[in-house]
Amino acid sequence: MDNLDYLKLELERSLLLLDSDAAEAIIKKSMMAGDTYSVTGDLISATLGHIGDLWEKGNLSLSQVYMSGMICEKIIENTIPPHVVLKPGQPRMAIGVYEDYHMLGKRIIYAVLKASGYELIDLGGGLSDDDLIGVVNREKIEVLLLSVLMLPSALHIRNLKNKLGNSGLKLVVGGAPFRIDSELWKEVGADFCGKDAAEALEIITKISGNS
Amino acid sequence: MKRQAMTPKERVSLTLSHQEPDRVPLMLSLTMHGARELGLSIQEYFSKAEHVVEGQLRMQQKYGHDFLNPFFYSALEVEAFGAEVIYSEDGPPNSGRPLLNDISDIGKLHPVDVRKSGVLYKMLRAIELLKEKTKGAIPIMGSVTSPFSLPVMQLGFDKYFELIHFNRKCFDQLMGINESFCVDWANAQLSAGADAIGYADPVSSPTIIPRELYAETGFQIARRCISKIRGNVATNFASGKCLPIAGMIMQTGTMAVVVSAQEDLAELKKTFGKKLALVGNLNGLEMRRWNTETTFHSVKEAILKAAPGGGYILSDNHGEIPFQVPEAVLMDVAAAVKRYGQYPITNQ
Repeated sequence: MDNLDYLKLELERSLLLLDSDAAEAIIKKSMMAGDTYSVTGDLISATLGHIGDLWEKGNLSLSQVYMSGMICEKIIENTIPPHVVLKPGQPRMAIGVYEDYHMLGKRIIYAVLKASGYELIDLGGGLSDDDLIGVVNREKIEVLLLSVLMLPSALHIRNLKNKLGNSGLKLVVGGAPFRIDSELWKEVGADFCGKDAAEALEIITKISGNS
Repeated sequence: MKRQAMTPKERVSLTLSHQEPDRVPLMLSLTMHGARELGLSIQEYFSKAEHVVEGQLRMQQKYGHDFLNPFFYSALEVEAFGAEVIYSEDGPPNSGRPLLNDISDIGKLHPVDVRKSGVLYKMLRAIELLKEKTKGAIPIMGSVTSPFSLPVMQLGFDKYFELIHFNRKCFDQLMGINESFCVDWANAQLSAGADAIGYADPVSSPTIIPRELYAETGFQIARRCISKIRGNVATNFASGKCLPIAGMIMQTGTMAVVVSAQEDLAELKKTFGKKLALVGNLNGLEMRRWNTETTFHSVKEAILKAAPGGGYILSDNHGEIPFQVPEAVLMDVAAAVKRYGQYPITNQ
């Protein structure tokens, strides 16, 4: 795509202004000029990643990250056939909220990964150990992304990890306690911790070998 | 020269007027730890006002901190609206599925009569009993969730963001219900004997919403509510940052602000000056792993940055210390504030 940096800036501006029509126009225009993977990866995913970075640095707010992800998810649903956008060779992935119902973080990561061409099962919220062990086995999940809001839930992940055993499953965690205590993810035995959407995307890209 | 020892009330009162008391006041935001003191489960503990009163008094005796904290748990308020609460063995009771399934359900939300709610009565009774037993010598900190932040438990964060951005009519309707509840709830606590009210407003933090959006929403709501609360208010962003909105916070009528561990106390002190007192900002989550050395270092550093001149209360950065923080760390915090917090503050 020509003018990629310009398009990213324009898309970011539209998303932060919540102008979904303008964002959709930029994406459609890019689709005509480039291939689908470039649009989802180099444009949408990179833009959402940059918005996540700006939040991490304190220059944007969580609501802006969330609304940007939602807008992109809807545009992709409306403009790109599902089979065209998927990245090849990706692991079987699922995402959910462990033990409570605060869905925001999960929705942001889900939207950003979907917008970047990844397919993942949305397990919803209020998930128990039994729910997760069942779904991991039944769906042969290789990467499990878990979001938590409360410290006790984060600490319970250690027990869940033990119950899941050494199946080769990669456990990626995120949520407020992990942002405030940077050592916590290691303490609970997670394989990766994504502090924001940009980091989650980076981790999944690395695990999938789709750099 | 060491100053004459003061009561917690005298100490807090002087520091809030930006003068130096005998030593830096300590606010240990202990809620669930009272259950451990009494050998009860967290659910049993919060089932009776008398348990919370006994727990608070025992902990104040043990650590010698300067506040009593009759706060039960955040979800208490949505429980009063009819929401489900999920109890945990090792954490605060949490709100379950959001009370409202959809934005369209806002019209079905019934206002809560604060004085007739059995759920809220427990906390009011705890405040009354604490006041009675301590005869006013130790400040009692009441607590409300701001009308602007309560919808996170009423609707869920995601739907609430969409409401703020795309449906101002329903947003205003919900704020009308919540503002009336918040003011009534705060004033009922003050009437029961609370000395001040913590106004928990995490959604207003720039970590969560942009400054411009705060200016037209959370800021206006805080200003309206705080003006109607008949007592002193301390605003708490529950670990969220506040520096980018400092100018507006100073206009809300709050007298103090609970600050995040993610912002520098020295910068906060410089920004708020003598206009607002600072409360914070020990990292409650990391506190689980602290030893005596890290505890003393953290307390000393906070005191050196924020305590000179008064206007500073040493506390955690969230308004609730995790259940997993061990008693030994809390004892160390209490010892460290006595060692480093004597006025005049020196780097010794």
